[in-house]
Amino acid sequence: MCLAVPMKLVELTGEGTGKVDAGGVKGDVSLAMIPNARVGDYLIIHAGFGIEVLDEAEAQVRLDLFRELAAATADEEDL
Amino acid sequence: MNPRDERRTAQALASEIKDLARKHSGQMRFMEVCGTHTMAIHAAGLKSLFPESVKLVSGPGCPVCVTEKRFIDHAILLAAKYDACVTTFGDLVRVPGSSGSLTTFRSEGGTVRVVYSPLDAVEVAVAQSPRPTVFLGVGFETTIPTVAATLKAALARGVENFYVLPAFKTIHPPLRILAAKDDLHGFLLPGHVSAIIGSDCFSYLVDDFHKPGVIGGFEPLDILLALRDLVSMTVRGTSAIVNDYKRVVRADGNRAARDILYDVFEPADASWRGLGVIPGSGLAFKGPYTRFDAAAHFPVNVPESKDDPRCLCAAILTGSKTPDRCGLFGKECTPEDPVGPCMVSSEGTCAAYYKYGAV
Ligand code: SF4
Repeated sequence: MCLAVPMKLVELTGEGTGKVDAGGVKGDVSLAMIPNARVGDYLIIHAGFGIEVLDEAEAQVRLDLFRELAAATADEEDL
Repeated sequence: MNPRDERRTAQALASEIKDLARKHSGQMRFMEVCGTHTMAIHAAGLKSLFPESVKLVSGPGCPVCVTEKRFIDHAILLAAKYDACVTTFGDLVRVPGSSGSLTTFRSEGGTVRVVYSPLDAVEVAVAQSPRPTVFLGVGFETTIPTVAATLKAALARGVENFYVLPAFKTIHPPLRILAAKDDLHGFLLPGHVSAIIGSDCFSYLVDDFHKPGVIGGFEPLDILLALRDLVSMTVRGTSAIVNDYKRVVRADGNRAARDILYDVFEPADASWRGLGVIPGSGLAFKGPYTRFDAAAHFPVNVPESKDDPRCLCAAILTGSKTPDRCGLFGKECTPEDPVGPCMVSSEGTCAAYYKYGAV
């Protein structure tokens, strides 16, 4: 029930509301909990609300870590 | 990341976990607190990647599972007595009450509407006006601010026939109880609850119980990473709160969301399936928001309810049993015809075992 998915904020539609999009799936969300969200941000959406703004720098740190691990494993397998 | 890199990362993390575990004598038992993690772990078959000595057990973070049968009875009795329209998240409608579920109630002429957002529940109320419309308030810190924000909007808009029957729960009080258990060695902490409450607030796990806690995301690789960190700390005999979901969870969480929550609600005692009454683990309306309290507004006598004594949900929700120990599992109790809530909720442990197998 605490399922939440990232979607991109594509438009501010009014006082504390916005339109989000993920791969063509669009929806209206409340921004009441993330008043500083800006168009272009990825939002974590739960029950019609943005509950947090995705930190893209941290997302990159995670990807880099995983790519490093993948590369190290590839080396071992290629021996 | 491409699928090949993902597979390799998973292999790398799984073999790190195995190598670490080899250095440790004895079992390591970790609890995944959150039902969304339970489902993700089973859907990806992650348990098959862990060595024998690393066990993951489910916790109380499935909102529907920890909601008492009596709450379903309360909702149905209230709606019947006052001819109220019930609005609810979909997970709740098939949970068995003492005499039938909300689905049964609907088939007998009751009005039950499934909504995706509490905001939609207000629209139902407006359409049904002046008929009372009661939203079933189930959920943890991820969901509660969405209800609080909805009530703020409903108050400002003057929607007079909208009510909430509260059964909200907060995660720290049960976690403190579970952290004291000797057979639990660490916790995979809930990602989206933490988005609201932050990572810092779990420090009591370390300070008071010397147990590690890792906040994890919900992708299979996120979960493996979190497990590696739990195993690593356990093997080294250290404990800390590690945040492996930094892209979403801040140290201080989401203050705006908490401000909204505590504008509308204040701590109260709550009764949990499997854990009983835990002081301060629930929420009650405060100030002008008490007018939304369905329980106070529509008094109804709700008899004590009895759970099927053969159902092990209570033990499963506290990590002491697994569904395969239940004699009803897969026989009398299936997702189509569930006996207990752990089989109903899409993120219940019994449902996960049934759908994806015991591994
Ligand atoms: S299988 Fe059914 S009866 Fe058994 S513990 Fe799970 S929900 Fe309860």
